[in-house]
Amino acid sequence: MIALNINGEDRNVDVPEDMPLLWVLRDVIGLTGTKFGCGIAQCGACTVQLDGRPVRSCVLPAASVGSRKITTIEAVSATPSGKKIQDAWLNLEVVQCGYCQSGQIMSASALLDRNPDPTDRDIDAAMSGNICRCGTYPRIRAAIKQAAKA
Amino acid sequence: MSKPSSSPSPKTGTSRRAFLQGGGLILGFALFGVGTTPVLAASTALPVDGDVTAAFSPDAYIRIGTDGQITLILPNIEMGQGTHTGEATLIAEELEVGLDQVKAVDAPPNDKLYATAALGGQATGGSTSMRATWEPLRKAGATARMMLVAAAAAEWSVPVTECVAKLGIVTHQPTGRQLAYGALADAAAKQPVPTEVKLKDQKDFQLIGKSSRRLDTPGKVNGAVKYGIDIRVPDMKVATVAACPVFGGKLQDVDDKAARAIAGVRDIVKLDNAVAVIGDHFWAAKKGLEALNITWNEGANAKLDSSNIMAALKAASERKKPIMARQEGDVEAKMKAAAKKVEATYELPFLAHAPMEPINCVVHVRSDECEIWVGTQVPAIAQGVAAQVTGYPLEKVILHNQLIGGGFGRRLVAESVAQAVAIAKQVSYPVKVIWTREEDIQHDLYRPAYYDRISAGLGEDGLPTVWVDHVAGGSVLGNYIPSGWPEDKLDDDAVEGAAKPPYDLPVIHVDWVREDPPVPITWWRGVGPTHNVFVVESFMDELAHAAGKDPVEYRRALTKNQPRVAGVLELVAEKSGWGTPLAAGMGRGISLHDAFGSFMAAVLEISVSPAGEITLHRAVVAVDCGVTINPNTVEAQIEGGLIFGLSAALYSGITFSEGRVDQSNFHDYRILRNNEAPKIEIHHVKSTESPGGIGETATVSAAPALGNAIFSATGKRLRTLPFNRDELKTGGTEKKSVSMIPPLTAPLLAALATTKAEEPSETASEEL
Amino acid sequence: MKRLGLLFLAAVVVIGAGVAIFLFKPASLPDVSEAAAKLPTGQALIDRGEYLTRAADCVACHTTAGGKPYAGGLAFKLPFGIIYSPNITADKETGIGNWTDAEFVRALHQGIDKAGQNLYPAFSYAAYAQMTTEDALAIKAYLFSLPPISAEAPKNELGFPFNQRYVMRFWNLLFVPGPLQPDPKQSEEWNRGAYLVEAMAHCGECHTPRNLMFAVNNGKKFAGAELQGWKAYNISSDKQTGIGSWTDQQLFDYLSKGHAEGRGSATGSMGEAVDFSLRHLTPEDVKAIVTYVKSVPPQTSADKAIVEAEPATLTASTAYAPAANAATQDSLGLKIFQGACASCHGWNGEGLQTPYASLKGSRTVNDPDGTNLIQVILKGAHMTTQQGRQSMPGFANAYSDVEIAALSNYVLGHFGGKQSAITPDNVANARKQ
Repeated sequence: MIALNINGEDRNVDVPEDMPLLWVLRDVIGLTGTKFGCGIAQCGACTVQLDGRPVRSCVLPAASVGSRKITTIEAVSATPSGKKIQDAWLNLEVVQCGYCQSGQIMSASALLDRNPDPTDRDIDAAMSGNICRCGTYPRIRAAIKQAAKA
Repeated sequence: MSKPSSSPSPKTGTSRRAFLQGGGLILGFALFGVGTTPVLAASTALPVDGDVTAAFSPDAYIRIGTDGQITLILPNIEMGQGTHTGEATLIAEELEVGLDQVKAVDAPPNDKLYATAALGGQATGGSTSMRATWEPLRKAGATARMMLVAAAAAEWSVPVTECVAKLGIVTHQPTGRQLAYGALADAAAKQPVPTEVKLKDQKDFQLIGKSSRRLDTPGKVNGAVKYGIDIRVPDMKVATVAACPVFGGKLQDVDDKAARAIAGVRDIVKLDNAVAVIGDHFWAAKKGLEALNITWNEGANAKLDSSNIMAALKAASERKKPIMARQEGDVEAKMKAAAKKVEATYELPFLAHAPMEPINCVVHVRSDECEIWVGTQVPAIAQGVAAQVTGYPLEKVILHNQLIGGGFGRRLVAESVAQAVAIAKQVSYPVKVIWTREEDIQHDLYRPAYYDRISAGLGEDGLPTVWVDHVAGGSVLGNYIPSGWPEDKLDDDAVEGAAKPPYDLPVIHVDWVREDPPVPITWWRGVGPTHNVFVVESFMDELAHAAGKDPVEYRRALTKNQPRVAGVLELVAEKSGWGTPLAAGMGRGISLHDAFGSFMAAVLEISVSPAGEITLHRAVVAVDCGVTINPNTVEAQIEGGLIFGLSAALYSGITFSEGRVDQSNFHDYRILRNNEAPKIEIHHVKSTESPGGIGETATVSAAPALGNAIFSATGKRLRTLPFNRDELKTGGTEKKSVSMIPPLTAPLLAALATTKAEEPSETASEEL
Repeated sequence: MKRLGLLFLAAVVVIGAGVAIFLFKPASLPDVSEAAAKLPTGQALIDRGEYLTRAADCVACHTTAGGKPYAGGLAFKLPFGIIYSPNITADKETGIGNWTDAEFVRALHQGIDKAGQNLYPAFSYAAYAQMTTEDALAIKAYLFSLPPISAEAPKNELGFPFNQRYVMRFWNLLFVPGPLQPDPKQSEEWNRGAYLVEAMAHCGECHTPRNLMFAVNNGKKFAGAELQGWKAYNISSDKQTGIGSWTDQQLFDYLSKGHAEGRGSATGSMGEAVDFSLRHLTPEDVKAIVTYVKSVPPQTSADKAIVEAEPATLTASTAYAPAANAATQDSLGLKIFQGACASCHGWNGEGLQTPYASLKGSRTVNDPDGTNLIQVILKGAHMTTQQGRQSMPGFANAYSDVEIAALSNYVLGHFGGKQSAITPDNVANARKQ
């Protein structure tokens, strides 16, 4: 049994010790907003926040999470910057297919939480690990800047 | 009032009948037949099921419930391109409702009913959606509105002409009396279906041409929407699969002892050419798969290598009898008479689609029926292959189409659905099959490789007097149509973008040699034009250079009779500041084309470092896509399409060694990242022409604009994709290499080695 | 004068005959019956053999990437040609299924195959020569308990004179020791460690420089060396260039888990050594190895891989961003790091999802030559851990020499505080290894 705190709720899950958090969320808990993209931390679709910090859940063994609080896309609106980022995403119509956007939003809101006024360089550092196959990068950049002003 | 939303067909909707049950007004429309005839208006449950009724052939439905809920059942699939919003806009414009008053859902599979004429089957692809639905969906909306207005007029016993509809409410103008659509729905269904429908004048458009909010996005920023991969049905298990790493190979033997010992592994399922492990969750399945000891019978392709494939293409191009695509004027005479002859050879690689959502499919095969949940661009084909695999009749295959996390052509084929059904057939419970990214990259159906020889003769003025393009590559159509494509017949896709370049070229010869590769191929974003326009536009730049002319000036001279082409050319030249000086190491490249009914010119500004590294600075795009239904969506598609194409031009290429695909995941099938994307500016040419396609248009522009920019920055013409940046090195300090062997022994060993080996080790000899 | 000439001729003939006998007389077989009698039988023997086979890390050399264990075929690219490891499964045609116990022990102790031919010291028999006959027999028992695999190893590609196997007899005379004798002055733990390190794990085969004759030069024991494009770092007790400043716990963790806090993770051949061999050893045996290794006298090597644990670039960074004023703001290396690397490694050197991705204190990111760094970037790394397989993909296919050189320089500067000048040529050469 592994004890996890997911979106403010304590959960006990009976899963193998090496099982990445991604699959615990998706296949055991049923929170499917966090996506599987590559399985090797190269695309960022699986990004969740641990104590507000973005991590790639596809390579993060659930057993190593410990007491850190897990926030997924389903609850990001409750984080300091989550709602602002979501609103900016809709205002600027960032989303196309949307599959990578859970991860993009988790990375972006964590960026804004720690850095309320990110520069282009800050955005490069925080967002380049998240691949978007639809090519929404320019709008992601613009939306982060818009959210920072909101 | 309902929230704007877009969703796939509801889980419970097992048939079209279910969509149409309940009260209110339901209108079905045949979009792609002769005219747009409403064939159905009913206020009660349908007497017949559309699947089996030849008399009805509606493609789209408008349903207005008595509660005021307006549902649009749309023929095309939403996969990020904004089709649902666009199609809803067309209906809503004439129906006189706001986009926030409607809900858009995918139609269930039915090839007869939802065939997109351009694709010859129920499919979403080829940038066809808005082009195909532009007239019919507006007529559909207008028809429904007229019936609602007529119902209101009858209710008030007033002339129809005194009533106006707006935002879902009919108002009797003289008295100010109002009735909402919901209240009118039942009565409207009893009104006769109008035979003459007049559409709005373009100047009166309220929604078309405005950047309305997309319907499908709110649920995509909070994790609420479900893609195919998110489907969970009761008692479902999860499988992952390994197909023979060599195409055409078969499963010979599998030792599953270790896999079965892994906690959570339920079943191991063998297929003819693959093996799947089913587990309680994906992790168990994946670990189980890794623990299998599989022996493959690799078959005929075991030694397949990219260099063989390209050599075969080259040989075919030079020796095989081509199929003529276009021939006008006396090519030979003009070539002889030319003041100058220019020729070049271009090579393009296989490409994987790599949509962000990995291939997946949920299937439950029961004793008498098969239920499928999958995001597909071709629901009817998917249903068909499932019927084939199960042996069930078509109506016993229930398919729920889902939102798609990226298609790009990958989901225009349903081979993975067939595989999933074959797996699920062997177990009693529902199975979600998920491919790993590695499986996705290594078992795609690829955009084919091409080898094109192109030449032109130039007149005294430097302009081409004759143009010859020999295309060589596989037939995508031939691999797409189950019955194949005649060997001697032209596959238009192979020469699309080459046969009719948007230039005044009176003497032209374009042909195609078909050489199907030994690996599966299919459509890829931008289809034929992505390949051909790269060749045509790169070569056009070569000609301009050979003639000593500015590339824009040169194209201007060749588009005098192509007003829409010239229009985007002028606009892009102006907006990009074409001709203004650039810093050293920078370059500007242009690309011009028409495809999918749209016209586009793009200018890319880049810099190339002495080490050969390319930085993308700025892209300026001018587009004429006819009437713009949703400018924001058009711009999003151009931005995304361009980045998709740049990604491929810089990094993508599937290669084979020892029969296997060399790439496997995003670390080696590289995708452009946020910090590499250029700034993109988009400028529209105002137009009242029918809308053109936009989902793939900018992808086509990317590679030629980049190649031409590279030439402008470095003077080097790269004719092979992806661009080999190593060829762009111009210098920089080079340190002597370090020794890889113990320093003391190096001289001795090197001396000994040089006496024997034909090739002395490079590191060793440098030490001498 | 004439007589002198004859005498000389006679001497030449005699010496020549002696040399010929030395070179060509059939090799004799050892008597292994005494040792065999001391061993347990059945599963107990196989279990002991399995442990020892792991300790001797036979699988690392006798298995190709993705190939079946012990089926051989791995290529050793040496300056004088290519040698392929043989199949050591019990297959009678292609493996060692027909070998007798004595033949097997002779191979391990003397580097002589079943036919009496000399083997090449790419096979580390100079280390295994120090192994007890009992242990050698246990290893054979284990190998013979596995299913035989039919797999013909490719023919070696060696030119003259290296293809003349008898020459190795001179080499053996000079460089092959006898069984390891316990040192009564040292503790039992130390002696156990010495046996594991010298006769089993054969650490010196990689970590000790080789002399002109390609034999390990024990005058520079554990001073570090390069082979197959990788550096085997100095593991003598030198505080600066060796492991002298590592704590026992760090060494223990590194050897038994492939990672030690503040020291990074084992990759390349060392990663394999941990994954295939060391992590399977008992904690007592790993401790014994630590005790022995720490006692090896310091060797100062010329290696510049001197760890700077907390360079300013690191301490000024957070996990998610380098310092705002960092000098490398617009570098190509940074750009690549942002996209392909930062998601796991972070900027503060601690690793984001797993400590295995931590770079802080690792010699690989502190070596201005970048030898191992380039290799890891090209080929990736993996390690089996308590929490599953940890791995990093190899980036060779999609990233250019220019990019990998730039990335390497960035990483060395940021994580090691090192000025480096890795060039695209360095990367191109590393690719050939």
